[in-house]
Amino acid sequence: MVMGIRFEKVDYIYQPHSPFEHHVLKDINVTIPSKSYTAIVGHTGSGKSTLIQHLNGLKIPTHGTVWIDDFPVTAEGIGKIGKALRKKVGIVFQFPESQLFEETVEKDIAFGPKNFGASEEEALKKAAEILPLVGLEPPLLKRSPFDLSGGQMRRVAIAGVLAMEPEILVLDEPTAGLDPQGRREMMEMFYHLYQQKHLTIVLVTHQMDDVAHYANHVIVIEKGQIAFAGTPQEVFKNVDWLEKIQLGLPTATHFATTLIKKGFPEENFSLLPLTLEALADEIAAGYERKKVGDADE
Amino acid sequence: MNNKLVIGQYLPLDSFIHRLDPRTKLLGAFAFVGIIFFADSWQSYALLSLFVLLGMMISSVPIRYFLRGIRPLLFLILFTTCLQLLFAPGQTILFKIGFIKVTEEGLIQAAFIFIRFLLIIFMSTLLTLTTMPLAIADGLESLMRPLAKIKVPVHEIALILSIALRFVPTLMEEADKIKDAQMARGATFGEGKLKDQMKAIVPLLIPLFINAIDRAEELATAMTARGYKDGQGRTKYREISYGRNDLYVLLAFIGLTGAVLWLS
Ligand SMILES: Nc1ncnc2c1ncn2[C@@H]1O[C@H](COP(=O)(O)OP(=O)(O)O)[C@@H](O)[C@H]1O
Ligand SMILES: [Mg+2]
Repeated sequence: MVMGIRFEKVDYIYQPHSPFEHHVLKDINVTIPSKSYTAIVGHTGSGKSTLIQHLNGLKIPTHGTVWIDDFPVTAEGIGKIGKALRKKVGIVFQFPESQLFEETVEKDIAFGPKNFGASEEEALKKAAEILPLVGLEPPLLKRSPFDLSGGQMRRVAIAGVLAMEPEILVLDEPTAGLDPQGRREMMEMFYHLYQQKHLTIVLVTHQMDDVAHYANHVIVIEKGQIAFAGTPQEVFKNVDWLEKIQLGLPTATHFATTLIKKGFPEENFSLLPLTLEALADEIAAGYERKKVGDADE
Repeated sequence: MNNKLVIGQYLPLDSFIHRLDPRTKLLGAFAFVGIIFFADSWQSYALLSLFVLLGMMISSVPIRYFLRGIRPLLFLILFTTCLQLLFAPGQTILFKIGFIKVTEEGLIQAAFIFIRFLLIIFMSTLLTLTTMPLAIADGLESLMRPLAKIKVPVHEIALILSIALRFVPTLMEEADKIKDAQMARGATFGEGKLKDQMKAIVPLLIPLFINAIDRAEELATAMTARGYKDGQGRTKYREISYGRNDLYVLLAFIGLTGAVLWLS
């Protein structure tokens, strides 16, 4: 069995054959490795959300095939495999708190498992297990989701997806609209899950610092086409290109390239730093080398 | 946007009909529905059909948009037509199977009813395909203005109508999103027994209502913050005005009315 997600010549057109026709994805050929933490970046409207909705067959390609391990998603639809695919791939949509509907938090989280055949009792047990994973306290289980704060509601919605125990977790801008601390906590939570549960994570984001921190694979999408795919190191090396398409750089990388532009000797960086820790290490190591060199003279 | 719903869907093209004043199109469509009930001869139906077809051609909207408008009403049309065919009183019996008899008069009546349905649907589809919903609301407000004299809250009605129309696409988009999100959690819509189908809608309707109420509150706050009070002395952001073409179209409708009355 071939593992991983593969897009083969995928096109997607909204409302074909109408004046509203909109060709959103164009000849997408790209791979998302199994068990990777893949970040998808690109401007608003570039087609990121459309792309990820192919992963559980909510959208089906107008042309081409998306393979999720050995599940094919084609223009013919997903037919009988649909349910299994939906369970395998959990998608957390943008602003997922707007999908809450049950009277209590636990019932809402149990909705997914019940749809996939769990009994009421099993599903509620699963809800109680999942809640701490998203950083919420057990007493919340019996509360109405509509009495919670925005951040808590989002965590409940994420718990609702995690409760399906997906192998692939897709996150569409999960931290949009949260405060800086909430954002950091949520990203740490996903990374923790990634390490603990050996998931494949697909993260759509505008935060280059998150890409630098957590991802080990990056896909850049521009106007419905794949502009780049590779490791974060490979992507952020292209400083000029990233500035040209206005995607921005991680803070540390930006700092380092600015230092270099101001005359800081480039040799001091053995690798372009992506995180603040790496930046500090590189600068310190550069000074060490310089000190040794000066002493030798 | 949802692509299944054609009635009420505006097609942003540029044509003679698109450019007409919304009031002209509203009056025309209403008048047409009135006129068609006076038609009772082949000649008058031929004339009315010709008139509608001409309008459809000038609008440069592809024909399939009009055909799609029929689909949701197809059952009703066929049912009514069949009733006419079988039960209309008549003398000249064409054929008879058991107690069912089809008369020439019945056949003609059924054909008339069928054409009448089609023409009314085409005409109203022509109105909504070529006129922005907000323009329709503005047009209605302007046409109803005389009613303000007898204390009908015309401005408020128009405001409610425009807000409702403004939020139809937003709500449809939202419904699509919530539906996707619930389907991603394994929900199925439109499958199984009727009772199951009704139950499946709950996870869609509740979030939709909650979002709509939140949105209404935000809108009310925003309107209050900008000093909205009532319709007294307000000027319009979108002005509508009659042109020469509107006059021609109104004359054409008057001519049509005369011709249909004369032919019948
Ligand atoms: N339901 C729809 N109908 C028509 N066009 C759409 C629809 N949803 C999105 N689009 C268009 O497709 C493009 C890509 O949208 P999307 O995938 O949401 O981009 P992103 O997530 O990268 O911001 C945008 O130009 C958007 O306007
Ligand atoms: Mg998006």
